[in-house]
Amino acid sequence: MAVGLASGISAVSAADDTVKVGVLHSLSGTMAISETSLRDVLLFTFDEINAAGGVLGKKIEPVVVDGASDWPLFAEKAEQLLVQDKAAVTFGCWTSVSRKSVLPVFEKYNGLLFYPVQYEGEEMSKNIFYTAEAVGQQAIPAVDFLLEEGYKKFYLIGTDYVYPQTTNIVLFEYLLSKGISVENIGGGLRKDSEGKVISAGNYTPFGHADFQQIVADIKKFSASGEACVINTINGDANVPFFKEFASSGLTSDDCPVVSFSLSEDEFRALPAKDLVGHLGCWTYFMSIESAANKKFIADFNTWLGKTDVPGIVKENRVTCSPMVLSYDGVYIWKAAVEKAGSFDVDKVREALLSGDVSFDGPGGTVTAQKNHHLTKTVYIGETLETGQFSIIKTLPDVYGEPFLKGTFEKK
Amino acid sequence: MGVLKPFEKRSELAVFLLLAAVVIVLPCLNGMTGEESGWHVSNFKLGVWGKYLCFAVVAMSLNMLWGYTGLLCLGQCLFFALGGYAFGMYLMLMIGDLGAYKSELPDFMVFLGYEQLPTHWKPFYSPWFAILMVMVVPGLVAFIFGFLAFRSRIKGVYFSILTQALTYAAALLFFRNDTTFGGNNGFTDFKFILGADIREPSTGRWLFVASGILLLTVYWFIAWLLTTKFGKVQEAIRDSENRVRFSGYSTTHFKLFIFVVSAIIAGLAGALYVPQAGIINPGEMWPTKGLDIVVWVAVGGRGTKAGPIIGAVLVNLLKSYTTREFPEYWLLILGCLFVLVVIFMPDGIVGLCKRTWVRFVRPKAGSGPAAEEKALATESS
Repeated sequence: MAVGLASGISAVSAADDTVKVGVLHSLSGTMAISETSLRDVLLFTFDEINAAGGVLGKKIEPVVVDGASDWPLFAEKAEQLLVQDKAAVTFGCWTSVSRKSVLPVFEKYNGLLFYPVQYEGEEMSKNIFYTAEAVGQQAIPAVDFLLEEGYKKFYLIGTDYVYPQTTNIVLFEYLLSKGISVENIGGGLRKDSEGKVISAGNYTPFGHADFQQIVADIKKFSASGEACVINTINGDANVPFFKEFASSGLTSDDCPVVSFSLSEDEFRALPAKDLVGHLGCWTYFMSIESAANKKFIADFNTWLGKTDVPGIVKENRVTCSPMVLSYDGVYIWKAAVEKAGSFDVDKVREALLSGDVSFDGPGGTVTAQKNHHLTKTVYIGETLETGQFSIIKTLPDVYGEPFLKGTFEKK
Repeated sequence: MGVLKPFEKRSELAVFLLLAAVVIVLPCLNGMTGEESGWHVSNFKLGVWGKYLCFAVVAMSLNMLWGYTGLLCLGQCLFFALGGYAFGMYLMLMIGDLGAYKSELPDFMVFLGYEQLPTHWKPFYSPWFAILMVMVVPGLVAFIFGFLAFRSRIKGVYFSILTQALTYAAALLFFRNDTTFGGNNGFTDFKFILGADIREPSTGRWLFVASGILLLTVYWFIAWLLTTKFGKVQEAIRDSENRVRFSGYSTTHFKLFIFVVSAIIAGLAGALYVPQAGIINPGEMWPTKGLDIVVWVAVGGRGTKAGPIIGAVLVNLLKSYTTREFPEYWLLILGCLFVLVVIFMPDGIVGLCKRTWVRFVRPKAGSGPAAEEKALATESS
C-alpha cells in the first residue's frame, strides 16, 4: 500500500521551465498496432517544438501512459494525468469508447483533450478538441464524389459499433436527400415499431472472417451496374472482406469500395493487393506533393533514426491521417497557448474558439472552429499496391460539423 | 466475539482486522486531512483503491470456486460485468436529461433512434430493483449454466473451457447495438447515484466504504462457510469428487450452490466497481478479463483466505503503477512476475509466506523435509 500512496509523489515534481503534456494512447493490447504510431508522432512533434524553443519559452515534458486498450484504465490514466501530473493538455484516444470513457474525467477536472481520429460526431464536450475528421469531412465528400461519378446504388457495410452505425445512418439520410431511392441503398434497414429507420447497413462483429454471404449479396446488388460499396469495417476484418470480394470476381471497375478506416498505417500490417483501385477518403495522404508534407515525412524519419524510445519501430514507417491530425493538434494547441499567453485551460479554450488559430500542416491549412472541430482539406485517393494512395480529388476548406444526423431532408 | 469464530487462526483474524482498518482509515485520511498534509489520500487514489477492493472481491469469489471447490471458472468476469451492467442501467437512467441530447433516454438510445425506453429498462429507475438484479441476473445465469454443466458431469478443463466460451458469447451479444445495452461503448458519463452527485468526493468515500464492507463481509462469509459441514463437503469435492459422490452426497447440488453464490458475489463487486470506474462495456466480459482474475488468485495464493485479496490488489497496483512509470515495459514486468510465481511460488505469495514461516520461524516440530511437509499440512488445513 505504501507503494501505491507514494507512487503519486514522485510525479509531481515539475521544473519551472517545462510544461507537462499527457500522451494517452494504447501501447499494448488490440489497439496498440494503431495507437503506438500516434505516440511516436507526438514525441517527434514535442522534440521538434522543443528544438525550436518550446511553448511560451517552456519545454514540453511528455508524460506517456499506456491505456492498454482497457477502457476503465483509460479513465484512470486520464485522472492520473490531470490530478497527479497536472498535465496542461493531453493528446490521446483512438476508439470512441476510450474517448467516452475519459470524457467525464476531463469535464470533472476541467482538463483539455485533443482527439485525432475520424469519428462519428454527435458529441461536443467543452473539454475536448476534435482534430479528427467528422462524418462531413470524410463520408459525405466521398459519397458526393461517387454521385458525381455517376454511381446510383450504394451498399453500406460496417463493423457493429457506434462509428459505422452513425456514419451509415447519416449517409442513409444524405443519400435520400440526394434523390437516391431506398431500394438503391443496400445492406438492409432496421426499423423501430413505428417504421422509422434506426439503422442502415449490414453489420458484422469485430474480427469477423466469413464474408461469403455478404459479398454474394453485394454481387447481386451490383449486378445492374452503377453500384458502389461504402465500407466502415474496422481493422483486420477488412482482409477477409476484400479477399472474398476479389475472389467473387468483383473489381473496383464494376463496383468500387470506399473505405474510411484504412489508412497508410493499416497497410503496414494488411496486404494492399486485394484493395488496388478501391478508394479511400481522408484529410491527409502520405502522397501529397507539397513542401510541408515532404519536410514532415523527412523530419519524422530522421527523428525515428535518432530516437531512443524503447521498442519503437524504425523501419518502413509511413505517415497517415490520424498521425498528421495528432501533429496538427499539438501545433494548434501551441498556437492557442501563445495567443492566450497562458497554459490555463479556460484561456486556451477561449483562444481556440476565437476562430483565428490555424496551422499550415502537412495536409494543408487547418483552422480551429468555434465548435471544437477543425476546418481542413479533404482528399479522395485510389489505393495502390504499395499501400499508398494516388490522390484523385482535393476539396479544400471543408468545415467540420459533428451534428449531422437528422439534418438532411428527404427529397 | 461469536462473529469472529469463523477465523480459526490468529493470522486470519489479523488480516480481517487489518482490512477493516484500511477501510476505515483511508476514507478518514481523505476526508479529514488537507491536500498539503503528508497523510492526505487524494480522491483519485481513494477511487483507485476502491476499484482494487472490488477486484479483490471478485478474486475471492473465484477462489471459492477454484481454491475451495476445485472448479476453475474462466468466466468469472461475466458475472462481474452482469452485475455492473445491471447497476449501470440504473446509473444511466439517473443521468436524466443531462446527457448530450437533453433527452430522458440514455444518449446511446437517442443515438440509435429509440423514441421510448424499452420495457425491460423501465424498472431500473428504482435503485432497489437494480440492486436486486445485480444479484439475480448473475445468479440466474450461473444457475442455468451450472445446472446444465454439473448435471452432465462436465468438470475439469471442459468446465473451464465452457465458462470461457460462455463469457465470450455474452461479450459478442453485448457488443451488438440492438441488444439495447449501448454496444461497444457501453455505459458512461454517470451523474448521480442514490441522489448524490457522483463527482463529489463524499460519494467517492461512500463507494469506497461500501466496497470495503462488501470485502469484509465476503471474507467473513467464506471463512464461516468453511467451518460448516457444507464447507467440508466443498473441500472434499475439490480433493476427490468421486469419493464424495460414492459417499452419498449429491455433488451436483453442492457445486451448483457454490457456483451461484460465487456469481452473486462477483455481481455485487461489479455493481460497486462501475460507479467507481465510470464505465462498463462488453470489454469487461472479454475472456482475457476472466484470465486476469485467475492470475490474481494464482499470484496471491489459491485456496488461501487472504491470497486472492493480496493478488488482486498487488497485480492491479503494479498495473496502475507501471502503465504510468514504464509504459513501454509494463507488460514485460507483469509477465515476468507471473512466470516467477508459477515457477517459484506454486501456492502464490501466501503460500510462500507460509513456507518461509514453517522453515525459518517455527522449526520446532523436528527438522528435515518430512517434518516441514507435515507442518505445512497442518498450517494450511
